[in-house]
Amino acid sequence: MRLFTILTCLTAFFLLALQSVASEGELDALRANVPLLQEPTPEPLYQVEDRSRRPVREYPMQPPTIPHRIDNYQVDLNANRCMACHARSRIGETQAIMVSVTHYMDREGNFLGDLSPRRYFCMQCHVPQTDAPSRVGNTFVDMSDLIRESRQRSE
Amino acid sequence: MKLTRRDFIKSSAVATATTAAGMSTAVQAQNIVTDAQHTQLQWSKAPCRFCGVGCGVNVAVRDNRVVATHGDMQSPVNRGINCIKGYFLSKIMYGEDRLTQPLLRKTNGEYDKNGEFTPVSWDEAFDVMAEKYKAALREKGPGAIGMFGSGQWTIWEGYVANKLMKAGFRSNNLDPNARHCMASAVFGFMRTFGSDEPMGCYEDIEAADAFVLWGANMAEMHPILWTRITDRRLSHPHVRVSVLSTFEHRSFELADQPIIFTPQADLAILNYIARYIIENDRVNWDFVNENVRFMEGNVDIGYGLRPEHRLELAAHNARDSAGARDIDFERFREFLQQYDADMVTEISGVPKRQLDALAELYADPDTKVMSFWTMGFNQHTRGVWANHMIYNIHLLTGKISTPGNSPFSLTGQPSACGTAREVGTFSHRLPADMVVTNDHHRRYAEEIWRVPEGTIQSQPGAHAVLQNRMLKDGDINVYWVQCNNNVQAAANLVEETYPGYRNPDNFIIVSEAYPTVTAELADLILPAAMWVEKEGAYGNAERRTQFWQQMVTAPGEARSDMWQMMEFSKRFDIEEVWPEAMLDANPEYRGKTLYEVLFRNGQVDAYGLDELNPDFGNDESHHFGYYVQKGLFEEYARFGRGKGKDLDSFDSYHQSRGKLWPVVDGQETRWRYNGDYDPYVEEGRKIHFYAQADGRAIIYAVPYEPPAEAPSEDYPLWLVTGRVLEHWHSGSMTRRVPELHRAYPQAVVYMHPEDARELGVRRGSEVRIASPRGDMHTRVETRGRNRMPRGVVYVPWFDASQLINKVTLDATDPISKQTDFKKCACRIEAV
Repeated sequence: MRLFTILTCLTAFFLLALQSVASEGELDALRANVPLLQEPTPEPLYQVEDRSRRPVREYPMQPPTIPHRIDNYQVDLNANRCMACHARSRIGETQAIMVSVTHYMDREGNFLGDLSPRRYFCMQCHVPQTDAPSRVGNTFVDMSDLIRESRQRSE
Repeated sequence: MKLTRRDFIKSSAVATATTAAGMSTAVQAQNIVTDAQHTQLQWSKAPCRFCGVGCGVNVAVRDNRVVATHGDMQSPVNRGINCIKGYFLSKIMYGEDRLTQPLLRKTNGEYDKNGEFTPVSWDEAFDVMAEKYKAALREKGPGAIGMFGSGQWTIWEGYVANKLMKAGFRSNNLDPNARHCMASAVFGFMRTFGSDEPMGCYEDIEAADAFVLWGANMAEMHPILWTRITDRRLSHPHVRVSVLSTFEHRSFELADQPIIFTPQADLAILNYIARYIIENDRVNWDFVNENVRFMEGNVDIGYGLRPEHRLELAAHNARDSAGARDIDFERFREFLQQYDADMVTEISGVPKRQLDALAELYADPDTKVMSFWTMGFNQHTRGVWANHMIYNIHLLTGKISTPGNSPFSLTGQPSACGTAREVGTFSHRLPADMVVTNDHHRRYAEEIWRVPEGTIQSQPGAHAVLQNRMLKDGDINVYWVQCNNNVQAAANLVEETYPGYRNPDNFIIVSEAYPTVTAELADLILPAAMWVEKEGAYGNAERRTQFWQQMVTAPGEARSDMWQMMEFSKRFDIEEVWPEAMLDANPEYRGKTLYEVLFRNGQVDAYGLDELNPDFGNDESHHFGYYVQKGLFEEYARFGRGKGKDLDSFDSYHQSRGKLWPVVDGQETRWRYNGDYDPYVEEGRKIHFYAQADGRAIIYAVPYEPPAEAPSEDYPLWLVTGRVLEHWHSGSMTRRVPELHRAYPQAVVYMHPEDARELGVRRGSEVRIASPRGDMHTRVETRGRNRMPRGVVYVPWFDASQLINKVTLDATDPISKQTDFKKCACRIEAV
């Protein structure tokens, strides 16, 4: 039964592969340019970058990515492991970066005595980075570069 | 209160901090640029491009490029926060493979379905398209053309599509990808309340004592609403959060009541709660007697598969799935008797203790409850029923339409409400909740559109799933896809989607900003402008209509979807699209182009270029010679005014952070059907469901029925599909943002470690996921953000290199025609 299924699948696969269009997959880098009915070998699970250098922000309000592993960090109703290092009161000891002052503000912009609960789940904005290669480049230009160009033009 | 650019910058606290020279002092450091002429950024507002929450975003532009985005402090939705996707909006338009010119499949200089993509001019693209449209119309009539749009279209794009298809080409084969997403919610609203979309708003969150998440993983899919719920729960310790799902996900981090149930058993749990409320004498009789009546729905309604499928042949009411009859309360009570704890625990796997604790949140008259749901209910072969059942509970207890008491249907897309639902781009709908099957509605639309009586066809067109089937069967031959990636999104890719796109009889046009798997299967690709490259409007899940200005120009020859449709309509003489008899009866239309009939009608072209805001571009208006967006919006707004769907004036939306409709005399409505807030409620009534003829909402007796497919010996696992926080839908934008890509680079299959061990695989192993329909290769994940129960696996669908919809089943809710992407059976094998 199982062999039969596999044979059927293989036959179907070859028939479909024969029919597939010459240029199919040509454009789609996010599919690694593999035609739709073929199965590419999935990429490996990439390593999360750990103890890497502090990320550069391309604009001041960009949330920094997390430059270290966070496996098994508890952030739930009972505890917030991230704040064990990044809270204002903890950074003297840990020498971690303090969370932004905005994280102590409520919805109306009033400063609270401790972390604003609306900022409690850190990973909604801050994410670790793997060492996965980019499939497609991005041509975003940092405002500093535009400013430099603008100054050069005016000089 | 017109805001000048300068006022805007002043009013935006965070904005000032971003000009590097914000701390301007007399002393000027050499390494810091402080000269305002260099550091000034142009800030304006826009709603986020991604989910249905509709966060406000401030967008900074310099030298015709978006250089920064952040959460808008003034937006009542998000007050200065964005999720990780929202924070990276600034980069979504800059993937280096943006499509910048039309591409036609050609061999030796001629169109050839098996040819190579070749750059062509817009003229040539439209010539070839028009030839295909005209041939299809001539040979088969309007039923042979179709269009698939999106809840990511701007309001006026959806409106143009609706008008072009239903009045212009006289085809109702128009559907949005919101069919995959919201159709069950729409039918739930229409059948229960007679009017689409929620009665409450996001402010319910700050007033509620308990939150119940029905299958929704808001921590990932609606992150900013989750920040509001988190804020409420953690700031007010009496608040309780109940999270129900078929597996454990990130929203469980905040759960006081975590509940895992067997797929499909949500129906039984919902009926258990209704029974609990009745049997424990917790019905709010004052409310029920005044505002509610009861009906019983047809059962055994099938699964929306092809009619010859054995499940459809066996279903008693497959042809009358929406049928229902009046009953009284006693019959409803009797109907619920079977849903006792024994039965429901057996079906759902949820112990009575948990069921009762959950039911008590609803039953306790002193607890204000907000229920949330989205794809868990809607992508369900009994999705409309699930929507009915949650309203049943809120109606029995009267916990509705008052601050904090709120059954809240979340939406997936940024304008699923504003464009797909309110504009009515579904195959059966017209604007403002009207439908093509109603004579009065058609006539009303024809009058507003200034087209002859009888222009709009009275039969619903093909819905999303049916469109794919009809493409495969060669019944639809010319098909235009805009603003979505349906080859990746639709279920059963190998059997139902691919064959239709590659059917030699068919011509497929795809308007896209980036090469996607759908674009790849097109015969003609049209490059699209996106987001702030055009003036736009979206409507979010709480009925908030939000506008934005065009801030930058689109790259190369990319044009907005609206420009594409309107410009294309110039290629048709009205005699080529409307029958002779119709023109004989209405000779004044003769000699006009389709463009002139639909858009130069004295309404769409009523506003001059002098009304444009000179601080912003508007490529379409300058092209057509009038303020297109304003004319379209004002014509569209006529549909809903005076009908409980009132929109404010065009100009007001550019000045505000959005308003919740109905907007009457400039005032938004936060709680519909509530006499304290809603001007449509009859004088003296506290609550009034005025969209139903008798003013009463309907409680439906509908049962648990089994899913279309369940695990078997050959396919022993449940497959659940969905999204992840870092990527939007099919990933065509977010996977081009390096930070988002590196955060979540590829799809995986989440599974229980014991299931993996039994298969002889481990974390990272390559596996094949197979169903009778197709298979896909991925890698095993046994850790991370999701904890799967035994026998259930989860695969996100954002990854174009792992097309999980090769495996899924195209079963739909028979009433809403929405696909169930949350449950089918699969097998996993080591590779």
